[in-house]
Amino acid sequence: MAESSLTFDSVPAEKPARGSSTLVRVGKYTLVRGITLFITVVIGVYLTVLIANMGGYVDDIRRGEIQEQVSIRIMNDPALKNLPVEERRKRIAEEVALEERRLGLDQPFLIRSFRFLRNALTLHLGRAQLMTSDSGSRQVRLIILERLPTTLLLFGTSNLLLFFISLSIALGLSRKYGSLMDRVFVALSPTSAAPGWFYGIFLILVFAALLHWLPFGGMVDAPPPKDPLAYLLSVAKHMVLPVAALLLSAIFVSVYSWRTFFLIYSSEDYVEMARAKGLPDRMVERRYILRPTLPTIITSFALTLISLWTGAPIFETIFNWPGLGRTLFQAIGLFDTAVIVGSTVIFAYLLAATVFLLDIIYALVDPRVRIGGSGGRS
Amino acid sequence: MGSLQNTLRELRRYPSAMAGILVILGLVVFSAYTVITIPYEQAITLWRGGADIWYKLPKNVPPAWINTFRQKKLPESIILDSAQGQAEKTKEAMSSGQNMINLTYTFDFNADDFPRAMVIYFRPTFDEKSPFVSLTWTTPDGREIRLGDFAVEEGTVFRFEQDERLQRRLKRTIGDYPAQVALLMQPDSDPPTPLKGTYTLNISAVTFEEEADVDAEFIAYGKVYGIAGTDHARRDLKIALMWGAPVALAFGLLAALGTTITTMIIAAFGVWFSGWVDDLIQRVTEVNLMLPLLPILIMVGTFYSRSIWIMLGVTIALGIFGGSIKTYRAIFLQTRESPYIEAAQAYGAGDVRIVMRYLVPRIIPVIIPQLVTLIPTYVFLEASLAVLGLGDPILPTWGKVIQDSLANGALFKGLYYWVLEPAGLLMFTGLGFAMVGFALDRVFNPRLRGL
Repeated sequence: MAESSLTFDSVPAEKPARGSSTLVRVGKYTLVRGITLFITVVIGVYLTVLIANMGGYVDDIRRGEIQEQVSIRIMNDPALKNLPVEERRKRIAEEVALEERRLGLDQPFLIRSFRFLRNALTLHLGRAQLMTSDSGSRQVRLIILERLPTTLLLFGTSNLLLFFISLSIALGLSRKYGSLMDRVFVALSPTSAAPGWFYGIFLILVFAALLHWLPFGGMVDAPPPKDPLAYLLSVAKHMVLPVAALLLSAIFVSVYSWRTFFLIYSSEDYVEMARAKGLPDRMVERRYILRPTLPTIITSFALTLISLWTGAPIFETIFNWPGLGRTLFQAIGLFDTAVIVGSTVIFAYLLAATVFLLDIIYALVDPRVRIGGSGGRS
Repeated sequence: MGSLQNTLRELRRYPSAMAGILVILGLVVFSAYTVITIPYEQAITLWRGGADIWYKLPKNVPPAWINTFRQKKLPESIILDSAQGQAEKTKEAMSSGQNMINLTYTFDFNADDFPRAMVIYFRPTFDEKSPFVSLTWTTPDGREIRLGDFAVEEGTVFRFEQDERLQRRLKRTIGDYPAQVALLMQPDSDPPTPLKGTYTLNISAVTFEEEADVDAEFIAYGKVYGIAGTDHARRDLKIALMWGAPVALAFGLLAALGTTITTMIIAAFGVWFSGWVDDLIQRVTEVNLMLPLLPILIMVGTFYSRSIWIMLGVTIALGIFGGSIKTYRAIFLQTRESPYIEAAQAYGAGDVRIVMRYLVPRIIPVIIPQLVTLIPTYVFLEASLAVLGLGDPILPTWGKVIQDSLANGALFKGLYYWVLEPAGLLMFTGLGFAMVGFALDRVFNPRLRGL
C-alpha cells in the first residue's frame, strides 16, 4: 500500500553518466553528516560525563572497579595466602592507591574528563555496582548490549508501522478532504498531547486487567515456549499493547500534520498543472505531491523518532519490557551510577544512529543533494 | 487589544477551542481554590503525614461516589469518638473512688457490604491503675454479643478481627467469619449478607481513681471514602489530586514560556546577525536535539536533586536550543528580506531594536499556538519523571499518585480508581491545552485556515 507509493521512481540511474556523480554526492553528504553526528555524540557524551561527574560519581565507578579487581587479585594470590588479614588489607590499600595513580585518578578533572570521554565513546563503561546481565556479567557494556535488541525490536516495529500507516492515511485523507474520517482525525489530533506510556496504562487497564485478552507486560510467556514459532507468537502477543500504545499516542497528530502538509502542497501551481494535463490521481500524488515533500516528511519523522526514543525508559517500565529503558529505570532504583551513565551514552548513540540512517534516506530522496543543488543542509 | 478580540472571535468558530478554553479556565479556578483552601504547608504536612494523621481512613478504597453506580452499596466509614461527643457518655460513682463510665455508640448500618475492619482506639486517663472495660455489641434484632473484657492502657487498640478470643467465640456462635462480618451479618445467611438497622456498641469501663476517665473512638472502616478515595498509606487522594493542578499548570506554563521565548529570541538574533552566529546556533541546536532529554533529567534527578524547580530549570535549559529554532529561523529568514526591515535600517535602528521590535513580533502568530501546545508536553514530562520515581520529594503531584498506584500494583489488584483519577486529570489538562493550541494554529496560520 503505502510502500508502493513511496518508491522513488527516478532514483535508478536513468542517465548512467550522472549515476556515479550522484553516488559520490550522496556519499559525500552522508560522510559529512556522519562526521557532524559523531561530533554531536562526542559533545553529548562529554556533557553526560560532566553532569555525572560533578558529584564525583564517575570517579566512584572507577574506584569501585579498581578496588574489586585488586581485592580479587590479592585474595586469589597463592603466594599471599598465608599473610594475616591485617597485612593483606594493607596490601590491598597500597595496590589500590598505586592503581589509582596509574589510571590517573589523582590528575585534575579536566584531563580525566577527556579520558572518561574516550572510555565512554569506546563503550568502556565500567562495571555495574549491583546489576548484572542475564548471563551474570557485571560489565555495563554487556548489560546494555544484552537489552538493546529488545528495545530495537519494540521501537523499530512501532516506528515503521507509525510511519507507513500515518503516511498512507494522511494521503487518503488529503484526497477526501472534509469527509467524516478527515474531520474525525482532525478532532482527535489533540489527543497526541499525551505520551505513549500514558495510553499504555489505559490499554493495560482495559485489555489486560479488565478483559484478560492480552498480557500485562513482559516480552514472552513466563516459561518461554521452546518451539521457535510459539516463541515468536508469544512475543508478538506481548508486543500488541505497547505497539498500540505508541501508535495511539502519535498517529493522530502525525496524520493531521501530514494531511495538512499535503493539502497545502496539493494546491501548488505545478500540481494543478499536472491535474490539468489529465494525469491520473495516483501519479499526481506520487510524483507531484509526495516527491517534493518527502525530505520534509523524513525530517519530521526523525524528530518523532527522537521523541519516541527518549520516552523509552518510562514506556518500557510501564510495559515491563526488558529493554534498555527499563534497565535505566532499574538502575535509578538501585542507584547504580555506572549503568545510568552507560545507558545515557547508549541513548546518545542510538539517537545519532537513528538520525544518521534517516539522513542517508534523506540524501537519497532530496534532489538538492542528489543533483548537487545549492545547499545540502537540512 | 483589537487583535486579541479578533482572535477570540475567530476561536469561537471552533467548538473544540471553546471547550479547551473552558477546561483551562476551570483548571485555573480549581488551582486557585486548592491553593487557598489547602495552603502549601498544610498540603505537605498532610501528604507526608503518617499513621497519626490518616489512621481514621480505610486503606486503598475507591471514592464514595461509585456507590451511585452500584446496585450493592459499599459501606462508608463510621467514625464515632466519645471525646467529640459522638457517643452517649454516663459516669456514676461507685464505692471507694471507683467510677463506672458507660459509653454507648449508636449507628445505622445500611450498606450491602461489610466494613473492611472495625477498631476501637482507647484513650484513658489515669495515674496508676488502668481502667477495666467490657464491650457489648447489640444487633438490630436484639442479640447481645460480648466482645471482650480487658484493662486499657494509654494507646490500647482493640482490633475486632485480630482478637483471638472474640474470633473463637464468634466462630462457635455465628460462624467462621472475620469479626466485622460475623457481627453485622444476618444469622445463618450464606454467603453472609449484612443485617441493616441500628447497632449499638456499649463500652462500660470501671475506673479505679477519682480523676480517671475513659474515652474511646470506634471506627468501622468502610470500603469507599470521600470524593477521591484513599491510597496504600490511607491518605486521602483528594489532596494530591487537588494540588496536582497548580503544580502541573505552573510547571507546564513556565517550561513552555521559558523555552519558547528564549528559542524565539535566539533564532531571531541568529538570523539577523547571520554568518558564524547563525552557524553556531544551528550547530548547537543540532547537538542539543541529539541529547536524550529524559535520560539526562534522570541523571540530574538521581545525582543531584529531585526538586521540581531544578527539573524545570534543566528542562528549560535543554529546551532553549530546541527543534523549533529551525521553524522560527525559516520564518525570520523570509521576514528579514521584507521592505519594512530595510526601512527600519534606513532610519538607523540598531540591531537589538530591529530584532526585538521588528523581527520578533512577526513570529508571535506562530509562537502562540506552539506555546499552548507545548504546555501539555511539559505537564506530561513532569508526570513521566514522577512515574519514574523522580518526582518532587515534597510536593504531591498527579504523576506521583500514578507512580504510587503502579508501584503498589493497582492495575493487578483492580484498584482502577487510583490510576484513573490522576490519569483522567492529566488527560483533561493535556486535551484542554492541546485543543486550544490546535485551534489557535489554524486561526493564526492563514495557510491552514479552512483546512
